Formats: sequence, structure tokens, C-alpha cells
Amino acid sequence: MTNQDEHKEGIGGMINPRRYGIERVAYLLMRLSGLGLLAYFIGHIYETSSILKGQIGWNEFLELTQTNEGHIILAIVIAMCVFHTVNGIRVMLGQGGVGVGKPARPDYPYIPASQNVRHKMGIYSAIILAAIAMMYGLAVMFGE
Amino acid sequence: MAQIPIITEASTTPSPKVITLRIARYNPQHDSNKKFMEFNIPYERWTTVLEAILEVKKYFDHSVAVRYSCRQATCGSCGMIINGKPRLACFTKISELNSNVVTVEPMNNFPVIRDLAVKFERLFNTHHKVKPYLIHDDSEITTDSKEFLQSPKELEKYIQFSNCIKCGLCNSACPTMATDSLFVGPQALAQAYRYVADSRDKGKDTRLKIIDESHGIWRCHFAGSCSQVCPKGVDPAMGIQLLRGYMLGFRS
Repeated sequence: MTNQDEHKEGIGGMINPRRYGIERVAYLLMRLSGLGLLAYFIGHIYETSSILKGQIGWNEFLELTQTNEGHIILAIVIAMCVFHTVNGIRVMLGQGGVGVGKPARPDYPYIPASQNVRHKMGIYSAIILAAIAMMYGLAVMFGE
Repeated sequence: MAQIPIITEASTTPSPKVITLRIARYNPQHDSNKKFMEFNIPYERWTTVLEAILEVKKYFDHSVAVRYSCRQATCGSCGMIINGKPRLACFTKISELNSNVVTVEPMNNFPVIRDLAVKFERLFNTHHKVKPYLIHDDSEITTDSKEFLQSPKELEKYIQFSNCIKCGLCNSACPTMATDSLFVGPQALAQAYRYVADSRDKGKDTRLKIIDESHGIWRCHFAGSCSQVCPKGVDPAMGIQLLRGYMLGFRS
């Protein structure tokens, strides 16, 4: 069966953050930051392997990170790292059944207990902390 | 696109408000793409989307395919995408959508039969897969007491999840279902929790083994969209996380 036959939303539907609130935004950011950190990890291995070319080769490669573009990329990496860590702790706790509420007879308008204030605060905290860390990183790198 | 004039009633009655109802038309047997037909439908404060669709069938185009039955959010037949979100057509009032245009499409992640009607085979198969019934050595008939006693506290643990009407809205909203056809899905996982949490059931290990696979419970990433669209307050996301708590040893 093709995607059309199955009428699946596909990746476009999976990454659409607009319909289901901040939880779906966090879901998207978690995936993006995870992929970004994976890309950085691969780049980092490549970067550190330049030491095999000796001190000159190492210094030449390191200069790339001292440019404006390099600083901005590193600041984004800091933000991704902080968001992925803080939101990851929230998700891990939630996935263990911690802080998702207790089953009870639902009453209209059926506000889901698993989407509670604690989790929303966790998501906003992750975003705010990531923004603060990124700004701090930018201040340190561009303030040299 | 068909543009069809509204039905006008006797001039003595005040003219009701009118919405444009856009209905997705698609027959997989001979259409390559989905098309939309537009109808101008009068509505009142209490008119539901299902009633508007039935108005179209009654007066404009009888060939619109839609599945419905109870009209009171009990049978779970009329799930569809209404203005971009999965909802029950009988449980969604036009007035609460706050839009002059109402677009209805078949549910995502379900194969389309025609227009708004989708196939439920996969949902029923995954539901059946998690053994949605009490597993117990005895039966209520053979035991002396003729019943399995259960306290209100024990009932509270699962009663919420027994409200599921198998409408499929949770599976339609799930981001994992959007890309993984083999995923068990939030509906079946929530039902697995419903029976695992039932004090009368002895099939916990069997069920946990069934969902402990690569397309099972571990593919849920707690996006919570399933719970947001559930029309019965089942909160599948909670059930799945509590179920995972059992598997990780946080619960017994």
C-alpha cells in the first residue's frame, strides 16, 4: 500500500506543530534538536580528527569555530543541548508514568490530565532555559 | 467545484446564519486526487457538522459517503477531520468552530473507502491484538460467589479507559501513526492498559509481551495529541505512560 492508499499524513503531518498545542511543539523541537545534536556530534568527531594533521592542521580547523558563523552555530548547539536535556528529563519522567495524573472518571469538557500544568511548565522551562543559555553563549563568544 | 445556492424557507422566518461546507470527495477506485465540493448551508446555534453533511445529502448530493449512526457520540462512527483536527461530526457544533468555512475530510492514517468514510480494519485488528477482554482462570459462572468482587478504588484505576468508543480520532492525531503503519496505536495501547489495570484480570504479562516490540509501546513519544482529540475523555497518553511504568518496573 502506498502512502496515498493508506491516507497517512506522512512526515509533513508528523512535524506540523500547529494543531495540538505546546506539547506537539515540544515533540517537534525534541526531534529537531536530536537531529541537530547528532549532526554536531558527527561534525565534532570530524573536527577533532584534524589533530592527526598535527598542530597546524588542528589550529587551522579550530579557526573555523572562531568566525561569526561558527559562533552562531555553537550558540544554536548550546540551545539544542539545553532544550534536549531539560525536555528529555520531562519526557523520561512522563514515560515512566510520573506526573501524568491519576486515572479518574472523566467529566466534560474532558481536559486530559496527562497534559497538565506541570508538563506544560516543563516544556516552557526547557524553551526559556535554552534561550537563556544561547544568549549567554552568544555574549561570551562575541564578547571576547 | 460545485457552488450550490442555499435553501430558502418561508420569508416570514428570520434568515439563519450560513456557512460554507467544504466536503472532500475522493474515490480511490477512480480518482487520483481529493477534490472539494462547496455547499452553502444554513445553521443554528445547535446545528452539528453531521447535521450539515446530512443536509447536503438530503437536498444537494446524495452520493456523499459518510458513516454515522447514533448522532450522540456513542457509536464512534462519524470521526473525520473538521477544520484540520480529528473530531466527531455529531459532537461538533458548527457555532463552536468560529469559522464561516467548515472543511470536512476523511480521518488521516486510515485508508479511505470513499469521501468521508474510512476503513477501520487496522484499528479493530490492533484492538483485538491486545486481547481486550478479561483473562482469568475461572469464570464468573463457575466460581461460588458468581461474581468477581471489586472495590470502587480498583474500579477508578481503569474506568476512564473503558469509555473508549473506538472512533479512531486518537490514531488519526498520532504523529507516530502518521509515518508508521505497523504501530499498534494509542487506541489499542490505552485498551491494553484498561485490562492490565483491572484487578479481575490475570493477563498482564501476556499483554505486556504483545506490546513490547519494535512497533509497540516504545514508539509512543508522549506528544499527547491522542488525548487532546479524544471525545470521551479517555486520555490514551496517560494510559500509555502508566502502562510503560509497569514495563519499566515503576509500577507493579
